[in-house]
Amino acid sequence: MKLTIKYFAWVREKVGVGEEQLDVPDDVTTVGDLAAWLATRSEAHANAFARADVIRAACDQTHAPPTAPLANVSEVAFFPPVTGG
Amino acid sequence: MTVRVQNEDFDVNAEIDALRGLSDEIGAIVTFTGTVRGRANGESLSAMTLEHYPGMTERELARVEAMALERWPLQGTTIIHRIGELEPGANIVLVVTASRHRQAAFDAAAFLMDYLKTSATFWKKEAAADGSGSWVDARESDDEALARWADPPA
Repeated sequence: MKLTIKYFAWVREKVGVGEEQLDVPDDVTTVGDLAAWLATRSEAHANAFARADVIRAACDQTHAPPTAPLANVSEVAFFPPVTGG
Repeated sequence: MTVRVQNEDFDVNAEIDALRGLSDEIGAIVTFTGTVRGRANGESLSAMTLEHYPGMTERELARVEAMALERWPLQGTTIIHRIGELEPGANIVLVVTASRHRQAAFDAAAFLMDYLKTSATFWKKEAAADGSGSWVDARESDDEALARWADPPA
């Protein structure tokens, strides 16, 4: 499954890139699975996802919980809790 | 119904006038302006940088605006949020609500800000006077502020 992965704020800084196109294994079926799989990709990814419990996600630009399925999703973003306003 | 994400500053009076002209039934216009603090946790700040998620931010702001329009009889709303590097004292965010009477305008403005702070995809990074930078942590009090909107208005 091909996915566009985006990172923002300190997640982006820790991973080292803002966006990557990845071919994700078929057994990665949820947002939580994806975060766990990404953490195995490099030391930087592991560092970024070390605080997985505080990282939020969005599927195709809609907020999504760790249990959200990845079927028919093309873009997944990971970021810290928002701090605008 | 206006949602804008922009680098440049906004003119509060111009935005009020833009809403005022929408309907002759408007009797109340409320504005909220959020600004950059020059001091946080006792430390002086030299600047604040606002990052966002282009595309999703605009969608979230439009979604929150639509929720407000469902709950209150509003003649118009405007949400403007700045991004990029901002100096202490600078404007960050503007919410304007227009209604026939004040209560709907007050409540809708508070609702929009509470939802914006917990769901719109912006992140603040503070630069201290010594040049060090740190991402602002989300506040639990923002989630608590949101909880008061769980029940529909009486």
